[in-house]
Amino acid sequence: MFTQQLINGLALGAVYALIALGYTMVYGILQLINFAHGEVYMLGAYLGIIVLGLLTALGLPAYSLALTLGITIVVSMLFCAAYGAAIERVAYRPLRNASKLAPLISAVGVSIILQNFVMLAQGKEYKYLPPVISFEGFTFLGARISPVEVLILGASILLMVLLQLFITRTKLGKAMRATSQDMTMAGLVGININKVISVTFMIGSALAAVAGVMVTLYYGVAHFFMGYTAGLKAFTAAVLGGIGSIPGAMLGGFTLGLIENFCASYISSVYKDAFAFLVLIITLILRPSGLVGQRHIDKV
Amino acid sequence: MVLFPATATKYFRYIAISFWAGLLVLPFTGAVHALEIAGITTAAVLSWRLSKAGPFAGALDEFTRQLSRAGKVIDAVSKAVRTRTALAIIIVLLLVIPIFQNDYYRDVLTLTGMYIVLALGLNIIVGQAGLLNLGYVAFYAVGAYTYAILSTRFGTAFWPGMVAGALAASVFALLIGMSTLRLRGDYFAIVTLGLGEITRIVLNNWDSMTGGPNGISRIGRPAIAGYTLSAPLDFYYLILIIACFTVFATHRLMRSRIGRAWIAIREDEVAAEAMGIDTFRLKLLAFVLGSAWAGIAGVFFAAKMAFVSPESFSFFESVMILCMVVLGGMGSIPGIILGAFLLIALPEFFREFQDYRMLAFGFALVGMMIFRPRGLLGSAGSK
Repeated sequence: MFTQQLINGLALGAVYALIALGYTMVYGILQLINFAHGEVYMLGAYLGIIVLGLLTALGLPAYSLALTLGITIVVSMLFCAAYGAAIERVAYRPLRNASKLAPLISAVGVSIILQNFVMLAQGKEYKYLPPVISFEGFTFLGARISPVEVLILGASILLMVLLQLFITRTKLGKAMRATSQDMTMAGLVGININKVISVTFMIGSALAAVAGVMVTLYYGVAHFFMGYTAGLKAFTAAVLGGIGSIPGAMLGGFTLGLIENFCASYISSVYKDAFAFLVLIITLILRPSGLVGQRHIDKV
Repeated sequence: MVLFPATATKYFRYIAISFWAGLLVLPFTGAVHALEIAGITTAAVLSWRLSKAGPFAGALDEFTRQLSRAGKVIDAVSKAVRTRTALAIIIVLLLVIPIFQNDYYRDVLTLTGMYIVLALGLNIIVGQAGLLNLGYVAFYAVGAYTYAILSTRFGTAFWPGMVAGALAASVFALLIGMSTLRLRGDYFAIVTLGLGEITRIVLNNWDSMTGGPNGISRIGRPAIAGYTLSAPLDFYYLILIIACFTVFATHRLMRSRIGRAWIAIREDEVAAEAMGIDTFRLKLLAFVLGSAWAGIAGVFFAAKMAFVSPESFSFFESVMILCMVVLGGMGSIPGIILGAFLLIALPEFFREFQDYRMLAFGFALVGMMIFRPRGLLGSAGSK
């Protein structure tokens, strides 16, 4: 029971962590809560189902399952990255110098647009994964583990390591760190701010797409409303870890996944969403800078 | 006359934008609709271009100028309203018009009135004190459920119920505000958002108290001097009284010393604190007062519907009320009344486009923020 909940919690946490990275990266640079980020994750989930359906019609899964999953994830990532860049260009860039409230409301608008667009284009019903892939689970220390859980954990840890390497070792990563420290100064030393911000949105959205595809593989279902709660919880994870901090988002994601799963199995399952938000509120009150975040001092 | 003084690269950009739009929606809509959307995008981009240059140059600027002018006219009218005759005319019109309408329109007007109360209450928090509250609906729900429970269990009448509902919402806001108002602005927004969700989850699952997803039904109707209100027209007059009182009270509040202090906090909190304003206490006051109006509106809602369920208190409701405040122009009472009309009354007349309503709403929000961030009737303020 305990091992089972631990594994389930880690898998859920990996999904939260992947989405939380997008929130934390955008917040780190723009101090903007990208409210539409949860919808990008939802788009990723739908794209996963659509691409997988297409590939199934072509008969690819019978040939190579790994290739099918690979293509699905890459296509979904590419499309979501394009969505992320488009959202930033259309809804946030014109508002970069506006008051703080404006981009947030614009983000709510984008969120409504994307939800209703998917609802109109794909229907109000739940969308199910084509039953092409049957995963045989295996037993480990008395816990039933599905290969999807292994895939989620493996892929998310790999992506997080890659992201960390990208941020710390590449020129563009350095430019991102500089921009998040001081946008004006970064611009003055010749960094193309617009490009850096676009890339940030694209990376964040691509990670959310992976989370979306993983979740549909795990639960086998997507819904146009799924982005809202998941986005909120991923944001909670980002705040829990310390918003703006990339290792913080990963830590926060896994912590939240574990808390939620253990609360659901040992205390009350109907209140599991409430626990997640309670954790958010308590974190913000007791330690607003999160588990690993740095204290922020307001400047005039 | 040159229709397109643009260079070839500009044309290429328009084509590229449409191409991108089509490509993005392709997997969701299929090829045919993707082409349609690319076409619509081309038309939108071209008309945008035409409004900037070419024969229709300046049309858009002229339009926004007219809107600002309309805002000034409405401001002037609202100033004139302070003369007693003008006020009397408006009130007589509001009293008389619904008599000639059918029950459906009376209900729509009643609903609009209720949202005006809610939006004016939220305006105290968001528009005046500058605290972004994304969980306003939690306080509305507290008011509605307080009256629902008091009425069905203890037979409490409407008027004491309204006081209880407003008090319950205020106390709830006080408890929340004391612990969260020291947070930075956007953190506060997220806390209120989480709070709204927790409230809805609790309402949905605390079966013994709130009836869970089934809600509470057979809530008592209000009575005035032995006459029980039940017809749509009765409720219209009731909300008219409440809304007029709200307009009066918020108007007085805006002009008061407290109102000016709120504006100072909104514009620059650090500077306001340096000027000797007790920012924490004033923010708490704004939060509590604004929530009290939500409680009152909640009690009215419960009495009008005679039924409450968690469905009526979703996050979307918070967003709608926030949009009323923002759409009409933050801080402007006529603007907020206009916003409530636009968002409640107008969609009722466009019921056949129900499916596309929300989509258009989302575009309107983004467009508003980009082109008129101060709201339809908002003044070009200092910041």
